[in-house]
Amino acid sequence: MTTVLTVSRTATAASSHRGLTMTLFGAFVLVTLVITVWAGRRTKGAADFYAGGRGFSGLQNGLAISGDYMSAASFLGIAGAIALFGYDGFLYSIGFLVAWLVALLLIAEPLRNSGRYTMADVLAFRMRQRPVRTAAGISTIVVSIFYLLAQMVGAGSLVALLLGVSGEGAKRWTVVAVGALMVLYVVVGGMKGTTWVQIVKAVLLIAGAALMTVLVLARYHFNISSLLGAAADASGKASAFLEPGLKYGTTGTTKLDFISLSLALVLGTAGLPHILVRFYTVPTARAARKSVLWAIGIIGVFYLMTLALGFGAAALVGPKVIKASNAAGNTAAPLLAQELGGGAGSGGGAVLLAVISAVAFATILAVVAGLTLASSASFAHDLYANVIRRGRAGEQEEVRAAKLAAVAIGAIAILLSIFADQLNTAALVALAFAVAASANLPTLLYSLFWKRFNTAGAVSSVYAGLVSSVVLVVFSPVVSGAKTSLLPHRDFHWFPLENPGLISIPIGFLAGWIGTLLAKDTADPAKYAELEVRSLTGLGAH
Amino acid sequence: MDTPPNEEPAPPDGRRIAQSQEFRELRGSFRGFAFPVTAGFILWYLLYVLLSSYAPGFMATRVVGHVNVALVLGLLQFASTFAIAACYARFADRRLDPSAAAIRESHRTGAAGRRDTARLPQEAAE
Repeated sequence: MTTVLTVSRTATAASSHRGLTMTLFGAFVLVTLVITVWAGRRTKGAADFYAGGRGFSGLQNGLAISGDYMSAASFLGIAGAIALFGYDGFLYSIGFLVAWLVALLLIAEPLRNSGRYTMADVLAFRMRQRPVRTAAGISTIVVSIFYLLAQMVGAGSLVALLLGVSGEGAKRWTVVAVGALMVLYVVVGGMKGTTWVQIVKAVLLIAGAALMTVLVLARYHFNISSLLGAAADASGKASAFLEPGLKYGTTGTTKLDFISLSLALVLGTAGLPHILVRFYTVPTARAARKSVLWAIGIIGVFYLMTLALGFGAAALVGPKVIKASNAAGNTAAPLLAQELGGGAGSGGGAVLLAVISAVAFATILAVVAGLTLASSASFAHDLYANVIRRGRAGEQEEVRAAKLAAVAIGAIAILLSIFADQLNTAALVALAFAVAASANLPTLLYSLFWKRFNTAGAVSSVYAGLVSSVVLVVFSPVVSGAKTSLLPHRDFHWFPLENPGLISIPIGFLAGWIGTLLAKDTADPAKYAELEVRSLTGLGAH
Repeated sequence: MDTPPNEEPAPPDGRRIAQSQEFRELRGSFRGFAFPVTAGFILWYLLYVLLSSYAPGFMATRVVGHVNVALVLGLLQFASTFAIAACYARFADRRLDPSAAAIRESHRTGAAGRRDTARLPQEAAE
């Protein structure tokens, strides 16, 4: 992440669009706050706070899922990766889409039918409550905090870039403001408010991306091949720009690293807690299925548009200008907007740049609110109500605990983001997916589909997946031993890959299997029968 | 023994339903679709990732204009994802939803008089 901007094109263009960006973003914040207060007045009990009263339709929840999923990392990161590395950026985006089939076929409907508010509801369904809820609660909070950090650190740098302000002070205040707003959305609006914020954001993001896509394609008379040709020419890498290898194919290690990342992406999505809780906001399993179908359509079209935006940025803005503005390419989409509007200094360019920048801020804000809600819900419902208070907490007490947890998690995220602002956001997102794929997905699949799975198996797979993925990252080049490491001057790494998935996902699955076989207590066949009936038919579902 | 959460709805008679012919058929058709299709799309995705990493020459083959095999295979991943989602939607509509509804219905009438069934989810509520 670039920290200080001096004489780049963004900075010079900044003065003309900065005011407009702030106005548009202010309008978004105002509208979403009004929605939040409105939703807060309609939030009475725990089912409203955690699950939005289970009253959303498949389309609404599909939009909200897309809003939760299409982070700034997707919009700015993938467009930038395509603009700088061509085909490999596109290759990266595909795992994010294919992953939704796991959620559609195996997770969404059974989860909706057998759980209540959190992922742990399903994992603990036929197990001993306290050990399983503790494990699932910890892994939920860890995944959410990694993801939250990625978004907030990214937000700090992004504001500096898009508004052309430099210096640590501006970045810090951005992180504090984003953190305060996300806590406000969650505490006041609960799941109802947060869902509407996601819906508004998803519509804005899709509209912004669609507008730019049409403008890009129009420049090339809607001929994809000539867009590709222009991008390859401008990249200076000729046809290699359109082929795999520029980012992930340079050495044997980067190839393995990419395979590891792909596995984490495709298996991690269906284990992300903030995505899983969205399935509780609809009334039936059928509506949960419809919401995933909508999400697949929306997210798929969005990534196809990112492909056009990335190649468009390469062709029209050019890698030199993009790299001068931000080495990782994060400003490729905003710079493209400026170019499409008429170029730097033009009125149209300033307007389009301001619109796209405001959409990017809205994107960050909505995603962090979703993450805060999922982690505070798990804290209150799993750790507080069921582990600490052993199921004796009343509904009001539980919701109060969730609100306090949202404030605490917000504060922790703000502090960590300020002190860890050199963290590599892409590595953090990848780590969140790796933990979800190694700790959460194996446990969910075994719980739902393996009769013999028991408490020991559930606890082993969560902890083994969680610990192995975090430990492998600590001893990887992400933390030490490379120029881009968190601690570039130290070197204690022995694991060569940046992404742990290739090793930690099999460990998670194996640990669940071995733990189950070694345990003394056996699974209760009556509870499994009940879970199966409930997950497939919805009998007894909340 | 842990106390279950408050307001737990009355559990259905899981064991009896689970052993019924209708339920075993429902489970069979769900698993018969979901498991092989999942294995299939994961293998297809991994094949694509491996080709991208280890068969750059093949992936670079031009198909038409500047469009090469790599791009076509990438777009095919999108196409197959959309197609599988659409197939599952049809399959669930035709095969899974009616039999799940029938099991719910027969349980509801079977349990009438014994248990308050007001909390059973309503498909119509969607």
